[in-house]
Parts: sequence; C-alpha cells; structure tokens
Amino acid sequence: MKVAFRIWRQDNPNEKGGFKEYQVDNLNADMSFLEALDHLNELLVLRNEKVVAFEYDCREGICGQCGVFINGRAHGPHDNVTTCQLHMRSFQDGETIVIEPWRAKSFPVIKDLIVDRSAFDRIIEQGGYISAKTGTAPEANAIPIGKEISDRAMDAAACIGCGACVATCKNSSAALFTSAKINHLNLLPQGQPEAYRRVIEMTAQMAKEGFGHCTFTGACEVECPEGISITNIAEMNARYFKAKIFS
Amino acid sequence: MKLDTKIPQGKLEEKWRNYQVKSKLINPANKKKLNVIVVGSGLSGAGAAATLAELGYDVQCFCYQDSARRAHSVAAQGGINAAKNYQHDGDSVWRMFYDTLKGGDFRSREANTYRLAELSAPLIDHFTQQGVPFAREYGGVLVNRSFGGVQVQRTFYARGQTGQQLLLAAYSQLSKMIRAKKVSMFPRKEMLDLVVIDGKAKGIIVRDLVSGDIQRYAADTVVLATGGYSRVFRLSTMAIGCNGSAIWKAHKKGAFFAAPSFTQIHPTALPQSSEAQSKLTLMSESLRNDGRIWVPLKKGDSRKANEIPEEERDYYLERRYPSFGNLAPRDIASRAAKERIDAGYGVGRLKNAVYLDFKHAIKQFGLETIKDRYGNLFTMYQKITGVDAYTKPMQISPAAHFSMGGLWVDYELMTTIPGLYAIGECNFSDHGANRLGANSLLQASVDGYFILPNTINNYLASEIKETTVDTDHPAFFEVEKEVKEYIQQILSIDGNKTVDHFHRELGKVMWQECAMSRNKTGLEKAITQINKIKESFWSDVKVTGHSLELNTELEKALRLADFIELGLLMCTDALEREESCGAHFREEYQTADGEAVRLDDQYAYVSAWEYSNGDFKLHKEELEFEFVKPTVRSYK
Repeated sequence: MKVAFRIWRQDNPNEKGGFKEYQVDNLNADMSFLEALDHLNELLVLRNEKVVAFEYDCREGICGQCGVFINGRAHGPHDNVTTCQLHMRSFQDGETIVIEPWRAKSFPVIKDLIVDRSAFDRIIEQGGYISAKTGTAPEANAIPIGKEISDRAMDAAACIGCGACVATCKNSSAALFTSAKINHLNLLPQGQPEAYRRVIEMTAQMAKEGFGHCTFTGACEVECPEGISITNIAEMNARYFKAKIFS
Repeated sequence: MKLDTKIPQGKLEEKWRNYQVKSKLINPANKKKLNVIVVGSGLSGAGAAATLAELGYDVQCFCYQDSARRAHSVAAQGGINAAKNYQHDGDSVWRMFYDTLKGGDFRSREANTYRLAELSAPLIDHFTQQGVPFAREYGGVLVNRSFGGVQVQRTFYARGQTGQQLLLAAYSQLSKMIRAKKVSMFPRKEMLDLVVIDGKAKGIIVRDLVSGDIQRYAADTVVLATGGYSRVFRLSTMAIGCNGSAIWKAHKKGAFFAAPSFTQIHPTALPQSSEAQSKLTLMSESLRNDGRIWVPLKKGDSRKANEIPEEERDYYLERRYPSFGNLAPRDIASRAAKERIDAGYGVGRLKNAVYLDFKHAIKQFGLETIKDRYGNLFTMYQKITGVDAYTKPMQISPAAHFSMGGLWVDYELMTTIPGLYAIGECNFSDHGANRLGANSLLQASVDGYFILPNTINNYLASEIKETTVDTDHPAFFEVEKEVKEYIQQILSIDGNKTVDHFHRELGKVMWQECAMSRNKTGLEKAITQINKIKESFWSDVKVTGHSLELNTELEKALRLADFIELGLLMCTDALEREESCGAHFREEYQTADGEAVRLDDQYAYVSAWEYSNGDFKLHKEELEFEFVKPTVRSYK
C-alpha cells in the first residue's frame, strides 16, 4: 500500500510552519496509522532528515496523548476513536492524507504535530478533585451509591483528556471536557461538599484559558473517543446556575 | 554486602503495626524543609507525591508525558484486588496473602506480601472517597469479580477502565496539591541520571523534552516510580514511552537489581499482525471470567471458528487445570497457549493465536449482561480488529506485560542506595516470580499512598540534621557533564540504521530466548547476540536532529541504549536460576507433563545484582518462610 502524507511541519512555536508532502510506500492495511508514521520517520532518518514530531504513548486508546487532525477530522475518518486506534485499512491505496496538529488558541503548537494541552491540567487543578487526605476514608460500603448514579458518573469519568472536543469545535470550546469532570464528581455523594465551588472555579479557569463558549453544535461528541454525550454540557450549565444561586 | 531486609519482628499480622510504632517521626515544621523528588506520575508516583505533600513535605514530581494523567497505569483494565470479603465467600487477608505468595511461586517475602493484602481493604475505602466510580449493585454496594489464580471474588473494577479511573483519582489528588503549591509538577522532563553524594541519593539530572536542556534537581531523597521495563521485548502491552532508564541509571550508580528475568507474559493480548507492529494491545484478564479459551482439536483446522462443532474444540485450560480452568494464573495460561500454538493448533492468519469465546456466556447470561460487564473491551476489540466479538470468538495471543523484577528494595521500599526509594512496578517487592491479575494496581497504590509515606520519615528524620545540598554541588556538575557527553556520543555516531531497527533486533532475541520458556543454550546465545547488538548500536545507529530541541528519535535512542544493557542482565539472571518458577520456566526443569519444577533447596532466594564495571555480581537474599510452607504450586 502506498500513500502520500501531507504533514504540517513547524520546528518551534515561533516559526510559521507549513505543509510538506511525503510519499510512503510498503505500507499494509493492518498497520495502525501511527505505525505508518513510524515507518515514515524511519525513512526520514535514513534520508538524514528530522523526524516528524507526533505524540502517542499507550497506543491502545486510553492515555489520550495521541491526536491529530486527519483529512480535516479530529482522530481521522471514524467516529469515536483515537488516532492510535485508526488503521491504514481505513484509507485508499494512493490516497493523499493531510495531517495537522490540533488547532485551538489554547493549545499552542510546540513542534510539528505536537501541541501544548496543559490548559486541561490547569482546569483540573481548579477543583477536579475531592479534597480528602489519604487516611481519612470511611468504609467503602458505608455510603451506598445506586448503580444508575454510579454508571452515569462512570460515563462522564471515562474522558481521556485527548482534546479532540476542543480541536473539532468551531469555538474551540472545552465544555465537553470540563463538564465531564464536573459531572463525574458532582454526581457522587463524595463530591457534594465541594459541588458548587467546583463548577464555578473550573468553568472560570476554562474561560481564563481562552477556550470558546459552547454553542451546542454537537461536533465534539462525534469525535470523542469515549463517546461522552453533550448532555453533560447541559448538565454542567444547570449545575452552574444552581451554584450561582445557592452558593 | 549483606542485604538487610529490615523486616520487623513479630507475628505476620503485627509486623506492619510494629514497624509504624517504632518508625521515627518528623514534626510538621520540619517536614516542609524537607524536599522529595518523585520520578513518575503513575498510580504509585502520583499517589506518593500527593500524600507526601499532604504530610507537609516539599515535593517535586517529574514525568516524561505531557501530563501526569497519561502514565501507563491508565491502561490497566480489569481491576484491583482487596480482601474485603464483601461477597461472603470466605476471603480474608490471610487467604489473599497466601494466594499472592503462591501465585508468585514462593519467590517473594512473606512480610511484604502480607502487608500488601493487609492494606488492600483500606485502599478501596480510599479510592471510593476520591470519587472512583467502582461498579455497584442496584442496592448501591460494591460489586466484585474473579481474577486468575484465585477462587474467591475480590476484584473491584470500574468497567474495563479500572486503571484509568484509579490513575485519574491519583492525578486529581496530585492536582489538588499542585494547586496548593505543595507539589511542583514537571511534565515533559525525563530523568537521565541519578546524583549520589557521599553514598546517598541527592538529586537527579533531567532532560527537558521540549527544549532539550539538561537540568539539575536536588532533594533530600529521591523516589523512583517509573514503572515496568517490558518494552525490552519491544512488542509488549506497555506504552511506547515506558522505559527502564531511570532504574537502570540508578542500578549503575549502585542500586541492586532484583530478579530482572521475572517478567510476565500476559495470555490475552491481541496477536501480532505485521512486522511493523509497535505494540500489543491487552484484552483484560477479566474476560476469562466468562470467556472460554480453546483451539481446534484438529491440527491446522482451516474452518471458521463458528463452523467448528463443540466436540471438535479443545478447551485446553479446562482440560489441563480443571479446578481453575480458564482462570488459571497468567504464566500457566500463557505457557499453555504457547504449547498449543507451537504444536500447530494456533488460529488466525498467522496461526499465532487461540480463541476466547463468549458464546456460552451470552447464552447463559444474555447479551445485555455481557455488554454491561465488558462492553468497552468488546468495542476496543472491534475498533482494532474490525471484528464483532459478540458473534465471533476473539483471537488472543500471549504478550510481554508486567515486570515483577525491578530495583531491590527492603521492607521500607528503600533501594541499596540510602535515600533512594523505588515504588510500584519498578521495584521487586511483592509478586515473586509471577504477579496475580489485579494485584499491580494494588501494589502501585499501596506503595505510593500507604507504605512510602510511613517509611520515608524513618530516613528523613536523620537527614533533617544534615545540611541540604543544592544543585551547585560539584557532584551535580559532574553528572550533568557526563549526561551531556553521553548524548553527544549517541548523536555523533551518525550510522546507517534507525533506533527502531535495533529495538526490533533486541526484541526478537529477548522474545525468543528470555520470554515464556528459556534454556541454557538459548540464553547463552542470547547474551552473545545482545552484545553484538550493543556493539552495532554504538557504531551504526543514526539519530537525526540535535540535542537542544524536541527530538523524539534521541529520546528513543537513550531509552534503547539502556534496554540493551538491561536485556543482558535479564538473560544473565535467567541463566543463573536453574529451576522453573512462575514466569521463569527453564525447559531443563519440568515434569513429564510439562509442569514447572521448582527447586527450593537451591533457589529459594531473591537474586540481587550489583553492577560493577559493565559486569554483574550476584547477591542473594535468602527467603525465609516462617509462616507458610512452600508447596508445589498446582492449579489442577
């Protein structure tokens, strides 16, 4: 199998950057997309060129580190998968595949396809936790939590923090990411004491980081590898109003 | 050098309490003057960093990923064990301790293993408090399932994403302490060497992976929480960035390396499908609760799985191990799969897999129940293979997974370098020669949250009297200079082969000779081959780009250079241990029906290797079994 990779190359944050095209042969349909890029990089090394910088770690769809725009879509042509779970069988022989980094003001490019998503960490730092010290926990079954609540919390908690939601949103909104974490914790009894503070402080940080507002286009939930629903955003908004009134 | 395990006196169930009672304390005003470096932000690293910061220490935490939330603990799927006995099925701390000790084929310490079991129940309380959405019954109580090597249900889980949920909980606590300015977090910085001053660990040298700068960090104590090293096989269930460099550099600075050849091959990963493959994806062991493993009875049967009738299927685990069946421990299940595949019964395009079939479970419990239990695993399987496993059996194959071996640590989790601790997968402490499923999240968490925060004070209490060293100490400049020269040396080779080329070569040798079954001739050959790979790497590797920039090829090269040396030690260790135990199966030591022959008279010790000028010197920590009598490990 043979394809042309048209890849965004940018040596550092200050450089302008641009597309460069690479012909890559000897691929096979069972290769993952990232393995095809590995293959390209080996070719580049042997041609004495700098490799394409791209991110990955677990390569099984859970660490959230990989993620690029492929032919205009976050994580490539399929719904709800990560880039590492994409395989070359999803492309045609001879196809030109355009690869870009996540594009959002709050995710500045570091190099080539690598962006800085530390804004997500800073949102979590503003309340994406339960303030309880190690050693203070009551018996785990002391507080019963119904399966429905626990399942809903798990649905939201599944977020892998890849940033596809932001990258695909026309407003570069981080509402899906932020709402998922808020709802996960605010649904649970353990999250109640800080529920109001959490939603107010995390959303404030989200705005401070320069993410746009959500206008409910629903683009994010299509790309989310964990299929996190945009109803989370509505729920976050409801929690926000409640917090503003009662806190 | 006599290895002092520092195991406290007393009955097994009193040891940890006795230790805590006698351990030295530090007053809160002094704690904030003490600085701790934690390398790694996975379950053990993040848990330790957050808890040490809560206690008042000044913590600096490092990880190579872009965020602490990416560490590979995230990928553990199936669950975490705890002796809660919620299922009322006869579980207890003692039983869990015994299962773990037996699962490890009696090659771990009684005291450590008991402590692991003892601290498991409070850990579930702890994670529940942190907001981990563990699976629950409709009535609101926690659910359990079974895992390999165990006859009770003690595994807690959050769908097939337990590791992710526990890691995110640890990351959230870390974030809490970052906000409180008690932890300084340094993502995208990789430790390249350890700084030892007057025999004590006093700091690290890191490379900033974005700028390429080499930087010095000093502390009163250094904690390594850098995970496993199974990427030495290249194809493994590890993340691509997982590496053994931090522990290897520590080893070269004097930390003994224990049982390096004890590496676990997981029975249920997706089979390799091409030469270009970069990793093997794990399918959780929990699937073996309801899935049945089989191969065709007929050699080279080319029919589709669903066309093969029941009477022509060989459920070989149920056949060979009737009392544990599909839930036989990992080493046994992997070897049994290898045996069938090697004998020509493998399935799939490359005949390198066996079937894992849910047909019966779906019939018995209904599709919805199976979806609820394993939905995300089936989705993952479909995403990767394009196959719907609700209608066709999965194809699975053994893959390199967990490293039981690691830096030798005493009961306090301190290495042989004073002031250097190793926690989580990077140490050798609790699992012996084979780890039971759902015990790795447990060990990582217990080490980081509960044990280290209770033992580190015993060392730091005396350090408070010492003058704090800073990064201007000549020792720091010296190591920094060595690191810079080392990097330049790699970059200047400018050979003809890529880093991945050498990694593939190393992986092939390790997988062939030092994985599921080993023998003297093969291991000796492997050592010769790895030495050749090493020589060839240092004369013919090509890394493009330069040192002062983000350079992923350079990162890979630095990690591989250490893996090559580690591979040598693993083979040396496997060669030295002339018995079969757990994951270490020496072909020369087996019964007529292919079961392992363990030789307690000669090998009931932990091998602890000292690095000396490129060579390895063996020390032995004799294992004393005071409370249980090692038996033949049978799962029949």
